[in-house]
Amino acid sequence: MSQLTGTTGGVPPTAAAPLRSEAKRKSASLGSSRLRRRITPYLFLIIPLTFLITFTFVPAANLIWYSVTDWDGVDLEKEFVGLENYIEIFTEPEVFRVFFVSLYYIGASFIQMALALYFATILSFSTRFRNLFKGILFFPYLINGVAIGLVFLYLFQPDGTLDSLLKAVGLEQATTAWLGNPDAVNLSLASTSIWRYTGLNFVLFLGAIQSIPSQLYEAADLDGASKWQQFRYIIAPGIKRIISLSFILAISGSLAVFEIPFIMTGGANGSATFVIETINRAFLFRQVGLASAMAVVLLLIVLTVTFVQRKLVPDDEVNLT
Amino acid sequence: MTTTSARPDVPMTRMAPPKRRETHVARGRIAVVLKYASLIAAAIVTLIPLAAIVMTSFKTRQEYLTSGPLDAPVNWFNFENFVTAFTRGNMLLGFGNTAFVLVVSLAGTILIGSMTAYAIDRFDFRFKKVVIALFLLATLVPGVTTQVATFQIIIGLGLYNSYAAPIALFLGTDIISIYIFVQFMQSIPKDVDEAAMLDGANRFTIYWRVILPLLKPAIATVVIIKGIAIYNEFYIPFLYMPSEKLAMISTALFRFKGPFGSQWEVISAGALIVIIPTVVIFIILQRYIYNGFTQGATK
Repeated sequence: MSQLTGTTGGVPPTAAAPLRSEAKRKSASLGSSRLRRRITPYLFLIIPLTFLITFTFVPAANLIWYSVTDWDGVDLEKEFVGLENYIEIFTEPEVFRVFFVSLYYIGASFIQMALALYFATILSFSTRFRNLFKGILFFPYLINGVAIGLVFLYLFQPDGTLDSLLKAVGLEQATTAWLGNPDAVNLSLASTSIWRYTGLNFVLFLGAIQSIPSQLYEAADLDGASKWQQFRYIIAPGIKRIISLSFILAISGSLAVFEIPFIMTGGANGSATFVIETINRAFLFRQVGLASAMAVVLLLIVLTVTFVQRKLVPDDEVNLT
Repeated sequence: MTTTSARPDVPMTRMAPPKRRETHVARGRIAVVLKYASLIAAAIVTLIPLAAIVMTSFKTRQEYLTSGPLDAPVNWFNFENFVTAFTRGNMLLGFGNTAFVLVVSLAGTILIGSMTAYAIDRFDFRFKKVVIALFLLATLVPGVTTQVATFQIIIGLGLYNSYAAPIALFLGTDIISIYIFVQFMQSIPKDVDEAAMLDGANRFTIYWRVILPLLKPAIATVVIIKGIAIYNEFYIPFLYMPSEKLAMISTALFRFKGPFGSQWEVISAGALIVIIPTVVIFIILQRYIYNGFTQGATK
């Protein structure tokens, strides 16, 4: 291997010449070499594409097919019911309700991004214990979701951490059954979500801010620009792309919330999110048809949001080639 | 707003009238105080939920029942709850299964991701655009939404309730690592391939002996972000490996909710046992983790 990479710097012409002509002669003599060259890329792609198609595109296609049937998940027969499942989603209040739960998480994701932006901005200037603060703010994102669920179950339980804190500062009357009261449960769960995910946005924003050349700040300082002006005219434009990307991830993430509410409440007391409801319909109530229709609706919403975002903020940097 | 704001002011004193300078400095001081106050507040909010768990995990049953969540334990060396959680919570099995799935999935992800990236970056072929479009389109499909149908595929392939189910899903639905490999491969000059080809190496030899070793930094990134994701994964093992023998660390911990009921001192210890490896990894690999996530999330 070291020999092969050693030639990176350029093979001395005298040594390369005979090799090259030999290679040419070889390829001319082999009639099948062209065919082989043509299929080589596909040989590299065959396994990845098989996985991609089996576990992403076939399920997506099946989803659409199931969504127009009344299938229960085990029956050999699937009866075509047209758009009945879709109509049910938008007319049955028990199903439609889950859209409102998403609003809590969308609201939370805005708070989360604002917090992340604030802390990324102040930590991009020199600060004591900078790395310590950065580490503390980011760490929750790395923690196992089940562990987070248990930590916050303990925090929110009656006479748990939160209640004792409130009592300590004399706000005893503010305590409630944080996860039992239908008016509070979604706020509690959405706050948990803020605690968990702010760190990721923060680190992404901080990375983007730090990739802005420092001469820009120096020039702005010389021109007497205030910190706010520096933020407005240097930082904000520099991180526009990552903000727009985080925004789309936040929206689709808010619709696809699953782990935290599932682990903490299992969807009880009006905390079922779209995905929890979908999973329950499919695996508990055996309404695979309806669940598939819900998944298709979610998929369409996510695709629409992504499409709108791409139109509004066209990013030329993101492509695979 | 920052500590440095006082310093750049110094050369300005010559130009600015003294009075304005004073208010400027005073305002700067307040900004500095607010800045640190907000940072400390954020750190406290982040750490208190975890601190409560840490303190509870060292308490005896009796102590837990009689003390508040934020009272320190009497004996900081009472590891009894950790022993109970580890043995009765089947956590050794959970760690073993997680390690096995993790290693196989990471090896597979590295091979599949780098092969895809090699084909996309180093070849021109007729359906290249279609292939790229397929991978890009897949990034838009959120994994959790299609589980209803994926479940049927896993059943149909006979993978249900076996290690193969999570491994197949971790391999099959991972686009980020492909993206990281493509990005990195673009920075490897094509001369490297050409030189090897002149030496008579075929494409597979080039991939295996030249490109793959050069991809080491990208492999490290993929191992970190994918490794953390698999360690933390909950719904895939929960949905596809319900058997207790196949518990991964997340599902083993999830089962604490039942039998341990309100034994919060044991549940706390269990949660900490899962969190501690993450803390250790984070402290050791901090820089790589930040870089990895910055690269990975901007796919």
